[in-house]
Amino acid sequence: MARITLSNLRHSYYRNPKGPDDFALKEIDVTWEDGGAYALLGPSGCGKSTLLNIISGLLTPSEGRVLFDDKDVTNLPPDQRNIAQVFQFPVIYDTMTVYDNLAFPLKNRGVGASQIDSRVQAIAEMLDVTDMLSTRAAHLSPDNKQKISMGRGLVRDDVNVVMFDEPLTVIDPHLKWKLRSKLKELHQRVRATMIYVTHDQTEALTFADQVVVMQEGEVVQIGTPIELFDRPAHTFVGHFIGSPGMNILAGELKDGGAFLNGHNVALEGPVSGTDGAIEIGVRPEFVEFGPGGLPARVTNIADVGRHNVVEARIGDIPIKAKIEGDIPEVGSEVGVILKQDQTRAYRGGWLATEAQS
Amino acid sequence: MKTENQKAWFFVLPVLFLVAFNALVPMMTVVNYSVQETFGDNLFFWQGLDWFEQILRSDRFHAALGRQFLFTFMILIIEVPLGIIIALSMPRKGPWVPVCLVLMALPMLIPWNVVGAMWNIFTLPKIGLLGYLMNDTLGITYDMTQDPLAAWITIIVMDVWHWTSLVVLLSYAGLVSIPDAYYQAAKIDGASPWGVFRYIQLPKMKTVLTIAILLRFMDSFNIYTEPFVLTGGGPGNSTTLLSIDLVKIALGQFDLGPAAAMSLIYFAITLLVSWVFYTLMTKDDAK
Amino acid sequence: MIELKEISKRVGQISHIKPTSLALHPGQFNVLLGETGAGKTSLIKLMAGLDPAASGKIYMDGQDVTKLSTQKRNISLVHQFFVNYPHMTVFENIASPLRVAGMAKSEIEGRVEEAANILQLGPMLNRKPQELSGGQQQRTALARAIAKESRAVFLDEPLANLDYKLREELREQLPELFSGRGSVVVYATSEPEEALLLGGKTALMQDGRVAQFGTTADIYRNPESLTAARIFSDPPINSAEITKVGSEARLASGESWTVEGAVAALADGVYKIAIRPHHIFPNPAAGATVALKGLVQVTELSGSESSAHFALGDDSWVSLAQGVHPYKVGEAHEFYMDPSKCFVFAPDGSMVI
Repeated sequence: MARITLSNLRHSYYRNPKGPDDFALKEIDVTWEDGGAYALLGPSGCGKSTLLNIISGLLTPSEGRVLFDDKDVTNLPPDQRNIAQVFQFPVIYDTMTVYDNLAFPLKNRGVGASQIDSRVQAIAEMLDVTDMLSTRAAHLSPDNKQKISMGRGLVRDDVNVVMFDEPLTVIDPHLKWKLRSKLKELHQRVRATMIYVTHDQTEALTFADQVVVMQEGEVVQIGTPIELFDRPAHTFVGHFIGSPGMNILAGELKDGGAFLNGHNVALEGPVSGTDGAIEIGVRPEFVEFGPGGLPARVTNIADVGRHNVVEARIGDIPIKAKIEGDIPEVGSEVGVILKQDQTRAYRGGWLATEAQS
Repeated sequence: MKTENQKAWFFVLPVLFLVAFNALVPMMTVVNYSVQETFGDNLFFWQGLDWFEQILRSDRFHAALGRQFLFTFMILIIEVPLGIIIALSMPRKGPWVPVCLVLMALPMLIPWNVVGAMWNIFTLPKIGLLGYLMNDTLGITYDMTQDPLAAWITIIVMDVWHWTSLVVLLSYAGLVSIPDAYYQAAKIDGASPWGVFRYIQLPKMKTVLTIAILLRFMDSFNIYTEPFVLTGGGPGNSTTLLSIDLVKIALGQFDLGPAAAMSLIYFAITLLVSWVFYTLMTKDDAK
Repeated sequence: MIELKEISKRVGQISHIKPTSLALHPGQFNVLLGETGAGKTSLIKLMAGLDPAASGKIYMDGQDVTKLSTQKRNISLVHQFFVNYPHMTVFENIASPLRVAGMAKSEIEGRVEEAANILQLGPMLNRKPQELSGGQQQRTALARAIAKESRAVFLDEPLANLDYKLREELREQLPELFSGRGSVVVYATSEPEEALLLGGKTALMQDGRVAQFGTTADIYRNPESLTAARIFSDPPINSAEITKVGSEARLASGESWTVEGAVAALADGVYKIAIRPHHIFPNPAAGATVALKGLVQVTELSGSESSAHFALGDDSWVSLAQGVHPYKVGEAHEFYMDPSKCFVFAPDGSMVI
């Protein structure tokens, strides 16, 4: 187990990258503590898989260094980095039994038979697969196959880091939460440094102590799940996390005050910078309807069972609200109230308000 | 199930006719010959199973069958591993892929009798490039028209040259279908190159390899044209394989009855061995 | 409209669809909801004519199409995997069914352009599918279905292979895309939330059978059986056995409460209750009067909601609540249940009220 440092990392798939657009990964500089659970979250093509491959050694970065504790491993191949990885599709050695699959990484490293046995039994017990140990792995269901893939990652106790690359892609929705929670439980028991790559916010937020949100090769925010939800540093984070995502409303800054469709809106705190176009961000959870609010018309209501998502338009600016109680009718005129301490201004995508504490 | 559509049978009919005309009818003719004696003029005399007994007891048949098994065994043991090794060393991506594939396919595109003629000329002492090189330049006595061992080596090398490509192409198809994640996982699990081959590549190639081995077995067991053109079965009877012997009996001596019985025995052996191969190689999957 | 009358499907001795009758109307989404293997795809294949029915009849707009081939049924199908012709441009892909129908060139261009605009594919019309992202490829497949204006459009988990956020966006656009068109739209999904967002009507499926069919929001609130309640719940609905004596209901783990109304009128005995995770609260709340002392096993956080799986007696329960709650895994926590939100079923899971 190790602390992982990525120092001034950049990567391009072109041999002679010209502009910043040629970089699949732009300037990354982070440190991950030993034993932590981290997630890389972003849409496909955001560079998260590139970053993962650089950490595992399948890819050598164009610039920068990768350190495990204080050891520079940038140019080491995967098998010398002492890492484990679980892939999107389960990788199973078809001809072996479940037991031999789990024992494989240990056998290759010349671990003694009795030690192999105790490790395999312990991991099998954690994964609830003890009763399948003697079956051929080729005959398992996809979720069990993926469990075995995870087991191979966890069976060695000397790994620096265990990486998961969208491991729940092929798992049925009703089995996903079981594996999701299994992973969390495993981390709490094994306490290895783990990195989890996904485009699914629930998986990322459930699993990780710290989530790294990426977009177009850039890290836009690193934070705890609660920080990312409460105070997104970038409109992309607001939009990407939460469902539905944060309302990002085109507004204006005039004499230090924020205006939405000509109406003054109270923000969480003072806005830095000069007057001009801004974006006002507020989550649907913090939008209510009532007297005295911004005049709007209800355009659509989606009944999601445990609550309703009400869509309204302030002038021609659409806004969504998550409402648990009584809901207005479609077509009715309503007042929209934005919870002040949850209403923020963004400029060029980045947070521009100061928090009042 | 009363509404089950019966239309499918209609589409199968043309194939049934085709199979009937090019397989069933000729085969029944052979069965007919195998139990009778004829001296021409369409006169037939009932012989029962005499011909079968005669063939099965004949030393000549045993010898030819032995040569046939030896030949097939040799080419399988050379072509399959060699084909896998070549497939493993071919590039999986990049501009060289089509070049390699075309090079591999070339020998298979040459007509069988041409292959025999080519190798005949190629290996003849004095005339052929190989013959000249061996005898005159290197000073190694090599004459497949005189020496049985040289003749055997030549027909085997010829077959390896002609047909290893088939194993290569089928194995290659199996190899390229393996997702990258498997190789990455094996690297991370610390598997040796042998481990990668044994636990990833070989299992994933298994289905195509089964097909390759079956095809190579059946083809080599029934081989005729190439060795016939190359050696004519000689020197002596040293390269007279089953098929060559069969043609000698049927068309050389015009013993239609024994030839028919022999071809049925030949057919039964091919079928039996193919079945045994297939069952052995697919046994694991049934579990 | 599509009408299924006692339709069934078998492969050998295994019955994939048990005799099923359904009437699907245009103008709203008809959602088939169920786990993998519940029979959603089998039912779609029957309606599309890709598989023969073992028994029963299928009518489209009153016409018996049971024996009609797929080509003659005038339908569209969008698959979970992005199926496009790789050698054709996006334009040609969308236009292909129209060409087959022998439509005039100018009309084809008009229709393709309209469908492409709705799905924001305008700038990509001259590209080949492999140059597109997954979302764009699936939008091309959807555009083809829209341009064709077929009698029925079958969407078989069309968003399953897309990124989470992209899925959310397309899901929002879908009902709009097909509204105002005469086609019957059938949408298969394994996610309860997707069914709720799409609205319209939903058929809950399990083991090749339709457990319940009706207006989506309505069957969510009034499940007719424990099976129906289970299919339409994510995270899984909590269910437990209760013993009812007079006006008191008691769980096996000891918690009890007073029942009212229709439940109170039931004969005394053993029943099964089902209660949705968001009616189990982490703190005392209005109406949530029954305290459940659970042992927290697993916690999850999805943006604004947090869920906790906890053990109560021999059962495993789930609570889903707004906001972030600091549960400690492995420790006891008191949850609160609103008993008026319980569905009550007979011990075999059938309806009693």
